Amino acid sequence: MTPNSPGVEVRGRPPAGRGRSRPRGDSRTSDAAPRPRAGRGGRRQTVPWLYLAPALVVLAALLAYPVYQLGLISLFRYTQAQVSGGEPTAFRGFGNYADVFSDDQFWQVLLSTVVFAAACVVSTLAVGCALAVLLTRVRAVPRLALMLAAMGAWATPAVTGSTVWLFLFDPDFGPVNRLLGLGDHSWTYGRFSAFFLVLLEVVWCSFPFVMVTVYAGIRSVPSEVLEAAALDGASQWRIWRSVLAPMLRPILVVVTIQSVIWDFKVFTQIYVMTNGGGIAGQNLVLNVYAYQQAFASSQYGLGSAIGVVMLLILLAVTLVYLRLLRRQGEEL
Amino acid sequence: MTLVRGLVTRPWRFAAEACALLVAVVVAFPLYWMVLGAFKPAGEIRSSEPRPWTLAPSLDSFRRVFGQQEFGRYFLNSLVVAGAVVIASGVIAFLAATAVTRFRFRFRTTLLIMFLVAQMVPVEALTIPLFFLMRDFGQLNTLGSLILPHIAFSLPFAIWMLRGFVKAVPEALEEAAYLDGASRTRFLWQILFPLVLPGLVATSVFSFISAWNDFLFAKSFIISDTSQSTLPMALLVFYKPDDPDWGGVMAGSTVMTIPVLVFFVLVQRRLVSGLGGAVKD
Repeated sequence: MTPNSPGVEVRGRPPAGRGRSRPRGDSRTSDAAPRPRAGRGGRRQTVPWLYLAPALVVLAALLAYPVYQLGLISLFRYTQAQVSGGEPTAFRGFGNYADVFSDDQFWQVLLSTVVFAAACVVSTLAVGCALAVLLTRVRAVPRLALMLAAMGAWATPAVTGSTVWLFLFDPDFGPVNRLLGLGDHSWTYGRFSAFFLVLLEVVWCSFPFVMVTVYAGIRSVPSEVLEAAALDGASQWRIWRSVLAPMLRPILVVVTIQSVIWDFKVFTQIYVMTNGGGIAGQNLVLNVYAYQQAFASSQYGLGSAIGVVMLLILLAVTLVYLRLLRRQGEEL
Repeated sequence: MTLVRGLVTRPWRFAAEACALLVAVVVAFPLYWMVLGAFKPAGEIRSSEPRPWTLAPSLDSFRRVFGQQEFGRYFLNSLVVAGAVVIASGVIAFLAATAVTRFRFRFRTTLLIMFLVAQMVPVEALTIPLFFLMRDFGQLNTLGSLILPHIAFSLPFAIWMLRGFVKAVPEALEEAAYLDGASRTRFLWQILFPLVLPGLVATSVFSFISAWNDFLFAKSFIISDTSQSTLPMALLVFYKPDDPDWGGVMAGSTVMTIPVLVFFVLVQRRLVSGLGGAVKD
């Protein structure tokens, strides 16, 4: 260690460094007083912002601004007539929201979305965690087999996963009905069985993320701790509940939140597997509903209002998540 | 590695291993059925007694897929979109992750929280404002209308996940580089970037998937010029709910899934460690 912290130099003089100096590519001015911890704090405040600039510009233009626009459009009467310029846009205040909330279908769709997302999250977490534990109990060959199968399911694009599952459960040519002896029972005809079919596909393609993450977490728990618990005569279940679960809590919180966010806004699977929201809209979820309102009925104002409602619900979930992290004293 | 080595009795372990293999088979089965369906001749695929093998594999479905509607072009479009998103978001996220891990500055924590919150935004809900944004900038019916939003949407998670990989590079290395007279820019691109690259590749799986899977934006922004369409749209041409061409759908699905599978297999080990890192701290 030299007393000079890196990056600190007097302009025009090469930095101290074993008698060598190289032509400098940039001309940085000198910095504040050197700090004991090199590379921290002692640097100019502008450099990190230069590095951050591209990310902030992109996020501002394509994420923050659209969010603002979404809120704005939701306050206006905005239909095909306004888009084509036939009618001036009219400010409606919360009129769109009043329309949305007074529509029975919206409440039904909201309920479906919450129940469907909750069922997906619970199933995904249960399957993912159970298999993560199973992975720790088996030797290399079965572990590799399960890992590879899971990676395959994870890698499958949403559209192809949806069509493949439809094919598996096809009433005329699918193997599942033959296997279960269901004849030509149609899975997509009934409301619940259609939701159930989509749920199976969603769990299939989203449990690998949970399984791999939780497995990585279990692997990082020191084995001495587990051995000590076992020597103390704790049962496997007790070890899981009293030793592993508390240590894994941060990871479990993250995978839960990720699953909630992901399952709450499932679009492709519902759209493809129930053909745009099911018979008479029986399988609509908020995301598909907003899309149909905006792009199929050209009710952009209404669609945006539904989008804002979705945004607020997920934001509430995020806040809860952040508070949980805070309470655990996580250091960002 | 067992949970507690030596404490799992033998019959239990056999049961667990049988269970793991069974689950692996069930999980892999849809993919097997997809590939099998792609190679089955038309007569077999429309049989009401589906068999889990085929005696006469044929390439008819693939021929139909590649022969019809410029499938090759859609494939290329999808590759261009995913490639552009991966490269752009990778470089931008690398710079941002470096800023938030190797510097202390005002609003750093605020920014990190913002990146976290940004991950929660249901991007699909932004389809409407993005549609108007793209229209006003003349980007409708261009691949740009798919590339730009996906760069933005994959950034927050990429930054979050890359933090761990940037953190893992020792500070001493940086000091040594400066002592040897390297400029900050030079350290960033010639030393730090190559060291973080493996982690960057693992992170890019997520950007790649989100762009490769994009269905909603393609459906909403590519409205009149089908030559700019991407694979998911092309696949649904074969899938008509009343009378799907299952062979074509399965062949198209197979072609669409293979690049992602290859990507995954290449980076799977780093993916596991990267996820562990992103989630742990």
